[in-house]
Amino acid sequence: MIINYIGAKEINGSLLVLDGVTNASFDEVVEIDIDGGMRRYGRIIQIDGQRIVIQVFEGTESMSLKNVSTYLTGRPMELPLSPEILGRTFDGAGRPIDALGEIFPVMQLNVNGRPMNPVSRIYPRSYINTGISAIDVLATLIRGQKLPIFSGSGMRHNDLAAQIVRQARISDENEDNFAIVFAAMGVKNDVADFFKESFQNSGVLSRVVTFLNLSNDPIVERILVPRCALTAAEYLAFELNKHVLVVMTDMTSYAEALRELSSSKGEIPGRKGYPGYLYSDLASLYERAGMIKGKSGSVTQIPILTIPNDDITHPIPDLTGYITEGQIVLDKSLSGKGIYPNISVLSSLSRLMKDGIGEGFTRHDHPALSNQIFASYAKVMDVISLSSVIGEDELSSIDKKYLKFGRLLESKFINQASSENRSIDQSLDLAWLLISSLPKSELNRLDDDLLNTYYRDEDKMEKGKVVLSAALDELSKN
Amino acid sequence: MSSTDVVHGINGPIVTVKDSKEFLMMELVSVGESRLIGEVIGITEDLVTIQVYEDTTGLRPGEPVVGSKRPMSARLGPGIMSNIFDGIQRPLLDIEKQSNSAFIDKTANVLKLDEERLFEVTIVVSIGNKLSSGQIYATCPETEIILHKCMVPPGVSGEVINVMEDGKYKINDVVVILKDDDSNIYELTLCQNWPIRTPRPVSKRLLASVPLVTGQRVFDSLFPIAKGGAAAVPGGFGAGKTMTQHQLAKWCDADIIVYVGCGERGNEMCQVLNEFSELIDPKSGRPMTDRTVLIANTSNMPVAAREASIYTGITLAEYYRDMGYHVAMMADSTSRWAEALREISGRLEEMPAEEGFPAYLPSRLSEFYERASRVKTLSGAEGSITVIGAVSPQGADFSEPVTQNTKRFTRCFWALDKTLAYVRHYPAVNWMTSYSEYFSDLDPWFTRNLGYEFIDYRKKISEILHEEDKLMEIVKLVGSDVLPDDQKLVIEIAKIIRVGFLQQNAFHKEDTFVPLNKQKQMMRIILYLNQKAKHLISSSVPISKLIKLGMFEKLTKMKYDIPNDKLEMFDDYIKEIDEKFETIFKEI
Repeated sequence: MIINYIGAKEINGSLLVLDGVTNASFDEVVEIDIDGGMRRYGRIIQIDGQRIVIQVFEGTESMSLKNVSTYLTGRPMELPLSPEILGRTFDGAGRPIDALGEIFPVMQLNVNGRPMNPVSRIYPRSYINTGISAIDVLATLIRGQKLPIFSGSGMRHNDLAAQIVRQARISDENEDNFAIVFAAMGVKNDVADFFKESFQNSGVLSRVVTFLNLSNDPIVERILVPRCALTAAEYLAFELNKHVLVVMTDMTSYAEALRELSSSKGEIPGRKGYPGYLYSDLASLYERAGMIKGKSGSVTQIPILTIPNDDITHPIPDLTGYITEGQIVLDKSLSGKGIYPNISVLSSLSRLMKDGIGEGFTRHDHPALSNQIFASYAKVMDVISLSSVIGEDELSSIDKKYLKFGRLLESKFINQASSENRSIDQSLDLAWLLISSLPKSELNRLDDDLLNTYYRDEDKMEKGKVVLSAALDELSKN
Repeated sequence: MSSTDVVHGINGPIVTVKDSKEFLMMELVSVGESRLIGEVIGITEDLVTIQVYEDTTGLRPGEPVVGSKRPMSARLGPGIMSNIFDGIQRPLLDIEKQSNSAFIDKTANVLKLDEERLFEVTIVVSIGNKLSSGQIYATCPETEIILHKCMVPPGVSGEVINVMEDGKYKINDVVVILKDDDSNIYELTLCQNWPIRTPRPVSKRLLASVPLVTGQRVFDSLFPIAKGGAAAVPGGFGAGKTMTQHQLAKWCDADIIVYVGCGERGNEMCQVLNEFSELIDPKSGRPMTDRTVLIANTSNMPVAAREASIYTGITLAEYYRDMGYHVAMMADSTSRWAEALREISGRLEEMPAEEGFPAYLPSRLSEFYERASRVKTLSGAEGSITVIGAVSPQGADFSEPVTQNTKRFTRCFWALDKTLAYVRHYPAVNWMTSYSEYFSDLDPWFTRNLGYEFIDYRKKISEILHEEDKLMEIVKLVGSDVLPDDQKLVIEIAKIIRVGFLQQNAFHKEDTFVPLNKQKQMMRIILYLNQKAKHLISSSVPISKLIKLGMFEKLTKMKYDIPNDKLEMFDDYIKEIDEKFETIFKEI
């Protein structure tokens, strides 16, 4: 029996309140007809006896207390899925917007997903080679990881994400087995176009599923975008056994949409007006990355968030950092020096890296070498702050070497062209070359075996007529 | 009649029932047709409020709500050890089996303990024995190294009127029957229930005078914790909280580990599972999992169950304590638990206090940490629970309410520092802001077992570190070159302490666990070098000359060079220092 409820009790923001509803279930999807014509969709977010609160996806514009007629579908929000979703573009509620017609679903999945059972997970250990030295050597991306990019306005995080998508390959996998899910939340038209073009240029467009919610689209749909995207990703990974890379941008817009909705529901705000459940809500998205037993696919997430006012203690980056397995932080002062990608070495971190690098994964010298770079670069920072007080000339000779090492690391190692794809061996060799500009006695994280094999003694180089700068030139040519 | 009670309102995990006077506060209820598990958390004249431990999607008003007339309880009996539970003690492996999927479905009817498994039970009482609460009536090996002891439940006592033969029993089989003075008959099985929010009774609390040895130098030597104590490990993200918790769980000398992953990452819990099953316990030669209970309620699992997970964990810990075991409970992280409180409080529209947290946050925290204790159990044995709670302060700001309130109820504060983590100094424990209040309780033990020097060394080491901290202020402004040599020496010695002593490599075979005796010897030799060098410098030998001797560098690497079982090598080091310094001394 189809029951339509005519009229409404209250309309507030994107919320529609109905009374006298007897058969509503929590979180189900409803269809709302306005004046018998226009159709919109919504979701029940609160039930109080016969009074129900509906969140309308497309907004409540031109609804009145009289002209709406609501039909309860009896099902939670589901996404129609089939292998054909590859190469398609959808809106926030999962409807195709590329004029290529409807999807004929093989299966329908609840967009909220279900929590992955911790005992069914496989601990992620295979590294992804992104071809970007600063990431591969210092904050290695692991298949099944969630590694956000913390950025700010005016920085080239989109270029970086596009480069990762273009270059990210898993050494032991064939090319056909990967897919990309791109979720755009509240992004500008230009940004969406940029990504589309970049996918097209690199020839991966047929493997990309796009969910698009532009900055002028309804905010309720913005909240659904990552859920739809991750449902699609889980389908591709765990039903079709693909390796899926999910790029979500911009999580800040998402969290702001959540705040807007929360305040229109009249909820008690937590920090900076964000709802108290922001952590749980973000976790319900980020935790959908991973690998599970019995399936060969994986979901790897690269969420991008622009940090409001460059304040890393702001609730969005803060809570994100507590959930994700590390973070790649972009640094304004590096981009000021013209360095791309402007990855801040010290504050970037990959938590899963320790078990996915070294012998049998990347190269046996990798763990110790990356540790040494962190330690030495931290010392560079100390020297820089000292030199800003006493002047560079007054520095001891060893401090001057650190300063030089810091500059080389930034300009030769971190800095690379957005088209440059360095292999892991190239990146590690380059790092050894740079660390060799420091005397051996300063390198206490490297044991003698490693030093004997890889350390490039300047004396030795002089004899062989290879000086550091020449070696660098040679390396950058390759 | 309770069966007529129905769902009225639904808001996320909060469900209300109208016009019912049947429910008890904190009662366990089953909600809806799919029998979701919930707990009564508020009662007014016309509304009963229930928090539901599972996803409420698809729940409708009018579905039945059935009370159980008992509070949310843990099921205590053999089969807990080595198991992995969610926040309300449902075994995750059984959930996986039942739902036949890697994702958690609504599965209300998983048993908390395996009721079919047979245990080899030995009855230790005979007919005519008078038993009181907490006394042991049967034992059975639960894993290779843990002997499970079945205890008379609190509140029950009487004379044994029947016992079964030794043999194989399931947990619900009756093995002993008691009759009390009022002729009530109690049938004792292998298991019992206990409400998770109520501490289990003990005979009396004992002074926390024995340290929990962790094998981690910065904790054992500088900031020791007592068995039965409570420690807070605060740190922003990336400061290494979880690594520290893992290290402590792996190496501390407790008999049993209860590890609660409360609102943390799924991959991390998966790592704990893998690591603990691979790791061989050095004392027993058995896998760590033989003495570990894991509770995994990851951040995307229902928030109400996250709130319960801490209580479930400590109740299991208390149960094993009552058997006479030393239990260490790791809670990672209590901030997520506090946030669960905040989230539920917000849904109940309670008046928020600081930063949106409910006003009862401090009392809940103190209730929890007070359950850490070293006690004489009801059966007269000694047992303890040490609680090590990670705190994840928002924005690494230690002034936020959870950190501040935790500080009030714990006596050990191991502050993790992001800047130390940046330079990969692990464990990233900041020696300036961390503290332990257990010194006075523990010093007699240290003196008895390691000699009075140990305490003396600790004081001197910490003095040097404090002095260095002051000097670094100057160095930051003008560089280290301008310091006089005796102050440069402080900086050099402090560097040995920082890099050679406080930094500890969890991935190095020798360094991951260091016995107390080696820790003492390491402190001794660092201080010895300091004293000798000071002497020479006062005779105006330049410090650069001393450093060239290589002893400073050698001591920095001694943690790797001296194996844990070859402590006599320290004497060789002393000899070497003596010889090398002697030559310098002769030159002048």
